[in-house]
Amino acid sequence: MTTETPKKYMNPYLAGFFLGFVLLLTIYITGRGLGASGAFKSVAIQTVETLAPEHAANTDYYTDYKASHPEGPMKSWLVFEVLGVFIGAFLSGVASNRVGLKLEKGPGVRNATRIIGAIVGGALFGFGSQLGRGCTSGSALSGMAVMSFGGIITMLAIFGSAYMVAYFFRNLWIKKQ
Amino acid sequence: MGPLVPDIISGELNYIIALIVGIGFGFALEQAGFASTKKLVGLFYGYDFTVLRVFFTAGITAMVGIIVLNHLDLLDIDIIYINPTFLWSALIGGGIMGLGFIIGGFCPGTSACAAATGRVDGMAFLFGSVIGIFIFGEGYPVWEGIYTSENWGAVLMFDQLNLSRETFGLLMILIASFAFIMTQIIENRINNKETKWFKPTIIKNTIAIATPIIIVLFVMVTPTKKEVMDKRINEKIAAGECNPKIMKGDKLAYELMNQYYKFNVVDVRSPEEYEKFHIPTAINIPLETMHKSENLGTIIQNIKINVFYGADIMQSQRACMISKYFGKSDNFSLELTADEFNQQYFLISEVDPNGTKESVDVQNFRIEAGKKLKEIGEAVANLDKPVVKKAKRVSGGCS
Repeated sequence: MTTETPKKYMNPYLAGFFLGFVLLLTIYITGRGLGASGAFKSVAIQTVETLAPEHAANTDYYTDYKASHPEGPMKSWLVFEVLGVFIGAFLSGVASNRVGLKLEKGPGVRNATRIIGAIVGGALFGFGSQLGRGCTSGSALSGMAVMSFGGIITMLAIFGSAYMVAYFFRNLWIKKQ
Repeated sequence: MGPLVPDIISGELNYIIALIVGIGFGFALEQAGFASTKKLVGLFYGYDFTVLRVFFTAGITAMVGIIVLNHLDLLDIDIIYINPTFLWSALIGGGIMGLGFIIGGFCPGTSACAAATGRVDGMAFLFGSVIGIFIFGEGYPVWEGIYTSENWGAVLMFDQLNLSRETFGLLMILIASFAFIMTQIIENRINNKETKWFKPTIIKNTIAIATPIIIVLFVMVTPTKKEVMDKRINEKIAAGECNPKIMKGDKLAYELMNQYYKFNVVDVRSPEEYEKFHIPTAINIPLETMHKSENLGTIIQNIKINVFYGADIMQSQRACMISKYFGKSDNFSLELTADEFNQQYFLISEVDPNGTKESVDVQNFRIEAGKKLKEIGEAVANLDKPVVKKAKRVSGGCS
């Protein structure tokens, strides 16, 4: 967008402090933590309800969801919060000259590989976040803040498994040696 | 006292709050560099540990903040959302997420940041996660067993380890500090940089680590408001200064029959005991929760006279002391315990004809009072009884 060089990232500890403060404020005001995957779930369910209303009406999973969310999937706290995430990230990107259409990938990786990897990885993460009742934000980070046992073991499982498989996917991210 | 939703902030306004904290969340993530997949994945290949630094600092900031707010009675940690523990689904779900992290290079929150700043890979990941969630929904009956098995409820980490919240907080700070130092050394080695510790850096880092530790230690050594209150009341009782006004059973029965609305009869026993028997028109505020703000509003008022009763006279007298401690002077302690009251007014049926005229009169009055009180109690039960405010646990999480 601009020819200016992107600004340096914030000091990670400072950024972490800021993030922790936002999380604390959220818990103080609303009594719940931050999240992300829940909003994607809303999108997934809304999509099914719109495109295949009959299927949604005949499947227990969707009818159960509907019963527990009578106002519809999109009128949820997390949908509004993630909308804010998009806005906040965009504003931050603009402020630091980091907005621009681009594909980031490891060295020597083809564009198609990267896109497919992102979709497959996203699908795995999306699936896992449902099984684990939350992702890095809702389960791991917010869970750690309130010292939830489930949140902390989910966090350990996410990072532990990522380290275990990192070696096998090294060609996606680091130079071949 | 927090959380402010739903008592102070309405449900609708809560959506606006969601948008605002979301903006803060997104801003922080993007500033930290989490919109860049290479920066995220660096964690797993050792060339960039930013994720660990941001993540742990954020977690510890919030954790210490919660400890402090709880200590100052500003946040009721009994009702904030605690992610429930379903052992297998947490471990397996976490494992699958880790795999997705390496292959996709994002997690859901960071992919939203990446998409918002124009990263095509972020958009692809977003699309993928919706697909993944869709697959989960479609095949739900297949993994329902794993999903719902080993439900431990809202278990807390420090309870599992038999530690106090504060001690566990300290432990986390030390683990994080150790991780920060080690990963700096690893990161430098992988990037072929020499690790040098300059004096100003060491001083700065020491201050940064010491601050949360000192805060938590401070919380551990200073008493909470309730502890201060309990201590003062215990001192007064020990000094023999606990002599609240006593109300006789007959007097209370008479007053309730004629003008129950002037009296705030409070049962300070447990909800279970209250459920079994309580004096008609009485409300239930267990002794140990009386100091909480939602209960103080019912007790500290200028309209009604408080009459406390419990399982024994000590309980009702202590309740008077608490009420007085918070500034209400018009308190009575019922002379009778709950069981004695029940016995005296509701469980008698026969008047002993051989007694003196006086005792026959008293017994007749009590039988009469028992009947009348029951009627009043039934009439008032749905009408006049103050709404018992029971703070419910906030629902949250990602479903």
